[in-house]
Amino acid sequence: MDEILDGITQIDCDILVIGGGTAGPMAALKAKRKNPSANVVLLDKANVKRSGAISMGMDGLNNSVIPGHATPEQYTKEITIANDGICDQAAVYRYAQECYGIIQELDEFGIRFQKDQNGEYDVKKVHHIGTYVLPMPNGDTVKKALYRQLRKARINITNRYMATRLLTGDGRVAGAICVNTRTAEFLVVRAKAVIMCLGAAGRLGLPTSGYLYGTYENASNSGEGYTMAYHAGAGLANLECYQINPLIKDYNGPACAYVAGPMGGYTANAAGERFIECDYWSGQMMQEFFDELQSGKGPVFLKLNHLAGETISEIERVLHIVERPTRGHFHAGRGTDYRKQMIEMHISEIGFCSGHSASGVYVDENARTTVPGLYAAGDMANVPHNYMLGAFTHGAFAGEDAVDYIADVDFAGFDQGMVEAERTRVLAPTKRDDGIPPNQIEYKTRRLVNDYLQPPKVTAKMELAQSRFAEVRADMESAMYVRDAHELMRALEASTILDCADMAAAASLYRTESRWGLYHNRVEYEKDDENWFCHTIMTKGADGLPSSRKQAVQPYVVEIGEDEKDAYSRQRVGAGVAAE
Amino acid sequence: MPLAQTATTVPVTVDQALCIADKGCTVCVDVCPLDVLRIAETDAGKTAYMKYDECWYCMPCEADCPTGAVTVNLPYLLK
Ligand SMILES: Cc1cc2nc3c(=O)[nH]c(=O)nc-3n(C[C@H](O)[C@H](O)[C@H](O)COP(=O)(O)OP(=O)(O)OC[C@H]3O[C@@H](n4cnc5c(N)ncnc54)[C@H](O)[C@@H]3O)c2cc1C
Ligand code: SF4
Ligand code: SF4
Repeated sequence: MDEILDGITQIDCDILVIGGGTAGPMAALKAKRKNPSANVVLLDKANVKRSGAISMGMDGLNNSVIPGHATPEQYTKEITIANDGICDQAAVYRYAQECYGIIQELDEFGIRFQKDQNGEYDVKKVHHIGTYVLPMPNGDTVKKALYRQLRKARINITNRYMATRLLTGDGRVAGAICVNTRTAEFLVVRAKAVIMCLGAAGRLGLPTSGYLYGTYENASNSGEGYTMAYHAGAGLANLECYQINPLIKDYNGPACAYVAGPMGGYTANAAGERFIECDYWSGQMMQEFFDELQSGKGPVFLKLNHLAGETISEIERVLHIVERPTRGHFHAGRGTDYRKQMIEMHISEIGFCSGHSASGVYVDENARTTVPGLYAAGDMANVPHNYMLGAFTHGAFAGEDAVDYIADVDFAGFDQGMVEAERTRVLAPTKRDDGIPPNQIEYKTRRLVNDYLQPPKVTAKMELAQSRFAEVRADMESAMYVRDAHELMRALEASTILDCADMAAAASLYRTESRWGLYHNRVEYEKDDENWFCHTIMTKGADGLPSSRKQAVQPYVVEIGEDEKDAYSRQRVGAGVAAE
Repeated sequence: MPLAQTATTVPVTVDQALCIADKGCTVCVDVCPLDVLRIAETDAGKTAYMKYDECWYCMPCEADCPTGAVTVNLPYLLK
């Protein structure tokens, strides 16, 4: 294994789904169910059995809209406010209306959701306004349940192929170029429609531990979803709205306030005092978190040690078996007992992710990107705060819409030169006798991201970042060197990460205002609704560099009152009255 | 120029006495999302091991191993 082989194969399918984490399996299933004769291929860099953010399961749905507990209008309003108003509501509203149906389907797959004594869904309040968090008592089985469905539906699963570029022609998508991660052999997939579900760009910033793979996101999500869309000419929205999360220091996984919050846990400063009204992750909350960290009252902790023993045991039971089960090992190693000590928290590295913020490939309410036949769903698509249920639901929208799309089209033609050019790019590091290994290219890029792009954002620093990135790029293009196919995968990821770093800098420089709390805190500029109440859309310019433009926010479906729109800006305890 | 041999300690260990790679098992290698595990041929037979220090300490390898041979520890830099 890992020996570099020379080979190229071409296959055809009706619908290619790239990424078999969360959104991808649902997209493939829905497409196949709607058109059982369609040839649907689900392709993943890892193994669909255990890939993606939910590889070890999840402890709950963060954003379920369940009749009797929340309404689609209320949810749409809440997410619009939490995302500082910059929201095309149609996609959020459609999600809110249809996600309950997806919950019922997941239930049929064998994924259980918590119910109370009366058999009603036991939904918890974590957000500012509404009640949407639904625990999953057997959350560790999510991936297995999905996989069973994929096998039953006879979805064609292709593991260990990394997609690197999309093919386009005739003004629409034509397929994708993929590389085997263990042999470096090429697979060219011609497809009538392509659904991208490649997850977040999780290896953009460097975690404070300095360990390249100690990221918040599943570290196999290096951001190809973003770069493939970019190089294919699709628009990407609001990339400056970074993802930054409050995490267990060093461990860099969630603590997790959504589990502990409803049971009485809360975020506190070193004195054990609560300083934010609401633990729901938003840019405004992160700003308060950051301010507290920097202040004399820091650092920040998750406080549970005031809770009853059995409550803590229940929290441990959830946190130590699903999602990030090494949490228990980590605390044991440090001698942290939830009953005695508070848990030290810190902020994560930056990344792109709409699942938690709003930085993603631009899509509409049918999960269509700006390139015909190309869809995106899940963390990489720009529907704000979409989380796991959003990935499932928008994956479903994409799968169903793609079936309609392919009914009227044949394969798009494409220039064979695209394949040749990509082969040359991909294989360049294998043609050298020595040089710089990909881990050093990656480390340097990500260290520079931390030095210059991490908020608070400063113009001169971000411009310096651009110069340094150009130097790293020159080194990467002339001297990156790999010894086997596995290192080649890392080399391709290093190039993705550098592209994302350039996009992050360009997007952040373009929006000359501050918005979304810490996510886009541009210290030289105030929030400016007059000029910047809009999306920013980035595309690849004619010169090959990122090019940004403004795009109006679509008229709201659900009106937001003047007195409601700042609800998320009053986060600090004592600073104002939280909304309800 | 050959690359330097900087050493690194890896977070995932395999108990060779329990590992049944000899019987054809490759489960941990198959499921790892970061693809960092491999099977080695040693004098005592085949065994799984961590070949690349690129681990998300996520645990599918440990959870899915049929014999309980795998232990996931925290990478030294963050433990
Ligand atoms: C630690 C953690 C805890 C979370 N907790 C919760 C929670 O409690 N509740 C909740 O609702 N949400 C939670 N979320 C968010 C939720 O899990 C995600 O929003 C959702 O799973 C994203 O789904 P996705 O399909 O976009 O990405 P993923 O499920 O991550 O899937 C992406 C897939 O793409 C594949 N891939 C990547 N690059 C390539 C490539 N180049 N070629 C081919 N394949 C590729 C990957 O291998 C992976 O399988 C959490 C996220 C994390 C990281
Ligand atoms: S899964 Fe367990 S038994 Fe199988 S190869 Fe890996 S360590 Fe050995
Ligand atoms: S803990 Fe996760 S990343 Fe590390 S070896 Fe096991 S499966 Fe792979």
